[in-house]
Amino acid sequence: MTRASGQPAHALSQHLKRLEAESIGIIREVAAEFRNPVMLYSIGKDSGVMLHLALKAFYPGKPPFPLLHIDTGWKFRDMIRHRDRIAARHGVRLLVHTNPDGLARGVNPIASGSQLHTQVMKTEALKQALDKWEFDAAFGGARRDEEKSRAKERVFSFRSAGHVWDPRNQRPELWSLYNTRIAKGETIRVFPLSNWTELDIWLYTRHEQIPVVPLYFAAPRPVIERDGLLIMRDDERMPLEPGEREQVRMVRFRSLGCYPLSAAIESNAATLDDIIEEMLIARTSERSGRLIDSDEAASMEKKKREGYF
Amino acid sequence: MTAYSHDRVTVSSGGPGGPEKGLLRFLTCGSVDDGKSTLIGRLLYDTKLILEDQLAALERDSRKHGTTGDDIDFALLVDGLEAEREQGITIDVAYRFFSTPRRAFIVADTPGHEQYTRNMATGASNSHAAVILIDARKGVLTQTRRHSYICSLLGIRHVVLAVNKIDLVEFSGERFHHIVGDYLGFAQALAFSSITPIPVSARYGDNVTTRSARMSWYDGPTLIEHLEGLDASEGLEGKPFRFPVQWVNRPNLDFRGFSGTVASGVVRAGDRVIVAASGRETTVARIVTADGDLPEAHAGDAVTLTLADEVDVARGDMLAEPQARPEVVDQFAAQVLWMIDEPMLPGRSYLMRIGTQYVPARVTSLKHKTDVNTLEHMAAKTLGLNEIGLCNFSTATPVAFDAYADNRETGAFVLIDRFTNATAGAGMIAFGLRRATNIHRQALLVDKAARARMNGHRPAILWFTGLSGSGKSTIANIVERELHAHGAHTYMLDGDNVRHGLNRDLGFTDADRVENIRRVGEVARLFVDAGAIVLCSFISPFRAERRMVRELVGEGEFVEIHVDTPLEICKQRDPKGLYARAIEGKIKNFTGIDSPYESPEHAEIVVDTGTGSAEDAAQRILEALRQRQVLG
Ligand SMILES: Nc1nc2c(ncn2[C@@H]2O[C@H](COP(=O)(O)OP(=O)(O)OP(=O)(O)O)[C@@H](O)[C@H]2O)c(=O)[nH]1
Ligand SMILES: [Mg+2]
Repeated sequence: MTRASGQPAHALSQHLKRLEAESIGIIREVAAEFRNPVMLYSIGKDSGVMLHLALKAFYPGKPPFPLLHIDTGWKFRDMIRHRDRIAARHGVRLLVHTNPDGLARGVNPIASGSQLHTQVMKTEALKQALDKWEFDAAFGGARRDEEKSRAKERVFSFRSAGHVWDPRNQRPELWSLYNTRIAKGETIRVFPLSNWTELDIWLYTRHEQIPVVPLYFAAPRPVIERDGLLIMRDDERMPLEPGEREQVRMVRFRSLGCYPLSAAIESNAATLDDIIEEMLIARTSERSGRLIDSDEAASMEKKKREGYF
Repeated sequence: MTAYSHDRVTVSSGGPGGPEKGLLRFLTCGSVDDGKSTLIGRLLYDTKLILEDQLAALERDSRKHGTTGDDIDFALLVDGLEAEREQGITIDVAYRFFSTPRRAFIVADTPGHEQYTRNMATGASNSHAAVILIDARKGVLTQTRRHSYICSLLGIRHVVLAVNKIDLVEFSGERFHHIVGDYLGFAQALAFSSITPIPVSARYGDNVTTRSARMSWYDGPTLIEHLEGLDASEGLEGKPFRFPVQWVNRPNLDFRGFSGTVASGVVRAGDRVIVAASGRETTVARIVTADGDLPEAHAGDAVTLTLADEVDVARGDMLAEPQARPEVVDQFAAQVLWMIDEPMLPGRSYLMRIGTQYVPARVTSLKHKTDVNTLEHMAAKTLGLNEIGLCNFSTATPVAFDAYADNRETGAFVLIDRFTNATAGAGMIAFGLRRATNIHRQALLVDKAARARMNGHRPAILWFTGLSGSGKSTIANIVERELHAHGAHTYMLDGDNVRHGLNRDLGFTDADRVENIRRVGEVARLFVDAGAIVLCSFISPFRAERRMVRELVGEGEFVEIHVDTPLEICKQRDPKGLYARAIEGKIKNFTGIDSPYESPEHAEIVVDTGTGSAEDAAQRILEALRQRQVLG
């Protein structure tokens, strides 16, 4: 676990303070109105901020809902270690679900391809978990600045029975008077970080000294170069193709997921200050390192309609 | 500087502002294809928010879906849904963030199509300023007026009039001034405090972030300069303290805090506050946050308050300043924007979300609706999709609020359809109707319970619902005969006897059917109060109205009896020859023929006369009444 290098130099900026308050208000609203909410915890920087806000929202109490991690079995080992440490430290209940059918069928990101793997091990798995525990509301850490179709989504995003999102027919969402009413079988996805940007997340992480997975910081790591992307082989399950060989480079990750599907960037940013500085001059978006998004145009919206977060 | 004189509003051409300003939330709106999305795309592009991989994707998209030939189609940066890209229109609001060295912005790009007005209102509800676009070739259109009116209703006070596509009218100053004159003629009736006209070309970037070299006649600010300098703060901190309680924080026996977001004003530890609904007064003991206690909290802060006394406070309550209290009434007038296909019906019960509570509410009367073109008031019986009207409301319990014009945080509500849970309407409270506070209900010495003891049975409404000819009245008559034989106090309300007297002014439109049932419900309630068992047989085709009557009386006092005879059998029976005439089209709005019947989902008793006699059905109902202990 890595802590922020710098101490909070000054008070939280007015802008971050507003974002923080808005998110806390959203999180409390869910706890007050839903029978059985859950917070999706994907171990990344956004989840870190979201959990931190939930802890603040109910202080001196604890968040009245568990965390849920959808484990595809292909996360970086560092991520799993981080997840377990965080859950233990805050004494929050952590649920982990892996799609048993997918496991049995041997679905994996390498042989099955990213699309099928994502569909079965993330989207289907998530729906299974929501049904299994009968959750009626699920928090996700998605931000509107990540992607065009996310920019279109409500803070309280309605899902009909079967977890379907109908982007053409969303409930109007006026002021902060959220409509939390649903019928049996229907659910709501809630996005407390809707109005945050990637930069806001890092500035806040630094200010609040929120622990993040070390993979976000540059270090010499063994990577292979495939289709112009740098992939870190986190274990033996990923075979080398002819002519490929591992080489140690100074890299870090802007976005974390299944290791064969997350590309690293070359970077020397070893501290939060460095990351923020690097972001300010970056010329590509954080999602450019995600293999699953470039599968096809409009792929995010399609995945979301099917139930992906 | 270009300056437009105007009697009511300051029409400024702005100018570079002072030091760094806070976040500005604004929206773009106006008619279809006026270039709203293109303008936002242009702003994102010019403020260097588009990164290399996104630009590459945009170029690919522009070739595939673009509306601009070989050029980049900036609208594709914001029109993020598949359906939007295919059709080249905006369907739902997109929220985008960008910043300049001087200011951060959240912009809501809203759709121009009338069909999606509710999504435009969604974007407007959280904005402080609006950029209203006009296509320089087309001038002011109905949608321009509609959106301007909605902006004004929703409390937006600062407007930029962006006369766009100026490249397509040869950068003509004359055309610009003509459109601006037109618009100001309309907008003077609206509540804007500033209107700033700017000629722009979203597609080519003129006067968006860089000054155009092609309009020497214009010497006002660029769009971005103006937005950077705009002071659009609502001054919420200067308003009276309001704190809707969102969550009661009770982690252990030693801590009881009230969590929420300060809606307006400032609160300090030691301040006196009241619980608005009860008027109970107490003192703020601590302002608790995870980062330590605060000496004071301001509008927008999410905090937890602890109070010095053990007063009754729950989610939905509002804490407020004793010297400047909110209104607490159960009747008020509000402007409503209707947002679903099914029309708003006076008399029908909706769920009102106001502050942190849900309360059942009815429209008691629709005063008028407003023509968005002329702003004239028109008489109306219902409000259809996208219509706006002034309504009187009555809520099940008194609610605390301020007029929307005084406080956008505490004066707004949404209406929710009780069956589909759709967000059906957006409301802005105009003023309280003082009736609730003036009529103090007479406390009675002899009450319902006392009458029930004397009668030897409990009062109830037996509500028979079902198609015409299903057998409601026949069964109800037998049930009443039996109840009477048992010595019960009964009374029968029947569609036919009520329609000839009390309700003879009502027809069979949806609105009239709702009012019919409302009146019957109120009469039945009086009988229940008097201790009687009142039998009501009404087709009552809508769930909403049956539920409304159910809520008029106490738990267990409403017994819904569904006389579930299949339509085919009712048609064959046709005792009054009504079905035959309805099928011929001689009777309109006939339930089961050209007007729907919504079957009960949770009727207490269901009987089917297709399979048994009316006598059997009556016996089953009496048995059920014994089980429910209505009869001793
Ligand atoms: N020549 C010219 N064309 C423009 C300008 N601004 C927009 N357009 C074109 O007008 C068309 C419609 O633009 P959009 O930005 O999609 O319009 P919109 O107002 O967002 O439309 P809706 O959201 O569907 O109401 C596109 O083909 C644009 O390229 C402009 O300043 N000059
Ligand atoms: Mg558009």
